Amino acid sequence: MTTVPDWLEVVLRAVAVLAAFLVLPLLVGQAEHKVMAHMQGRMGPMYAGGFHGWAQLVADGVKFAQKEDVAPRAADRAVFRLAPAVALVPYLVALTAIPLAPGVVGADMDAGLLFVLAASAVGVLGTLMAGWASGNKYSLLGGLRTAAQLLSYELPLVLAATSVAMAAGTLNLTGIADAWGPWWLAWQLPAAAVFLVAGVAELQRPPFDMPIADAELVMGPYTEYGGLRFALFLLAEYAGIVVLAGLFTVLFLGGWAGPFAHVVGWLWTLVKVFVVSVVVIWIRVAWPRLREDQLQALAWKVLVPVALGQLVLTGVVVVAS
Amino acid sequence: MTALDALFIALAVLAAGSGLLAVTSRQVVHAALWLVVTLGTLAGCYLVLGAEVVALVQLLVYVGAIVVLVLFALMLTRAPIGTGDRSDHPISHGLPQRIGAAVVGLGITGLLAAVLLRALSGPGFSTTIDVQRERGGSGRVGEVLFAWWVLPFELLSVLLLAALVGALAVSRGGDDR
Repeated sequence: MTTVPDWLEVVLRAVAVLAAFLVLPLLVGQAEHKVMAHMQGRMGPMYAGGFHGWAQLVADGVKFAQKEDVAPRAADRAVFRLAPAVALVPYLVALTAIPLAPGVVGADMDAGLLFVLAASAVGVLGTLMAGWASGNKYSLLGGLRTAAQLLSYELPLVLAATSVAMAAGTLNLTGIADAWGPWWLAWQLPAAAVFLVAGVAELQRPPFDMPIADAELVMGPYTEYGGLRFALFLLAEYAGIVVLAGLFTVLFLGGWAGPFAHVVGWLWTLVKVFVVSVVVIWIRVAWPRLREDQLQALAWKVLVPVALGQLVLTGVVVVAS
Repeated sequence: MTALDALFIALAVLAAGSGLLAVTSRQVVHAALWLVVTLGTLAGCYLVLGAEVVALVQLLVYVGAIVVLVLFALMLTRAPIGTGDRSDHPISHGLPQRIGAAVVGLGITGLLAAVLLRALSGPGFSTTIDVQRERGGSGRVGEVLFAWWVLPFELLSVLLLAALVGALAVSRGGDDR
């Protein structure tokens, strides 16, 4: 294998991550439309482009791009305009640290797990900025609920990820996936369940969509948004699903583990990411929205104790073995 | 001057500038958002100095949790939303507040200066920091934190626990238990 200069490698890796960031969320978005349609026993748009209406996504994109860029008079313009970018970009940054296979990663860093968690925690600010800057009481209430929800669910999310890091003895995502074994599926099951639930709640997707509850708050923090800026928020949600599914795959499903892993490991990772994404979509279709007090009770009375119990279990096993 | 030096200076200027904007902004939510920029660029400074874990924890805890908490608390107050009506609820900035803030700021500056000057002028230290030396990795930080500094670490945990119990006691009130 010929060596490439450092700068070229950096550029190539950055371009690859950007390409993944532009393609994967759209695939997940399209999958959501189709999976939801079939689960709810309806067709959805079927004509654009021929096969199952695949070009509807392109048409939607063109429609979003054509719309007028409106900021309400009461809004704080600068913050209002910046919010979608603040919501979206952290997921791009987080994606750089998620490995597809050993070496196939944007940047392989010592504390990769910490990096992904820290980067995706910043994305929350976009929603809060939108909620506050819109100058709309529904947006403000949505922002309030967002903040309360994210503060509660950040804790079980980090605790569940900590359990895996303890079991693997490293914060490096490649190292964690390499240390993974099939028996982790049973041993780390509580952590996996907590991580998935808390992750979906962090994304504010149904059944955890109290902040954007459309029957009560119109659209929560996104009420005043339209056109391309609204599309960016949607894209941030799908990018969030990709990052969550990627992290879940690497932490709990062994990443590239599978038959012929040294040849098609990256394919296994992608397949697992897609399966986890479909599960996230399935959760949305299967459960009704939680009430605000149920939402908080689930985080503090169920997820945090389970995650702490898992930490104790992991600690005992690691010390004993 | 190396590229790292230039990067550090740029980040430091950004951090100081946004910090200044955070304390002078008349709109309290803008102040909180400028604080995000300050904390983020400070994390960048740590990263340039080779303290990777400290930088990431700074992002995760301060930007991801503390500022969200600040914004949450602000939403519960009557801080104006959107452009709002600024004359109605201005940030309190009377003379006593200014004097208090100045005293606290000067005190912390003095404390930091004293600690830093002593640390950097002591034996084995110099005013230049070798950023290439492996010192900020998660393994190294973990060893130092849980072997050498474990007692202060546990004391901090007890302090936080006490604050938690205290908050519960205050919110439950005195009589209606």
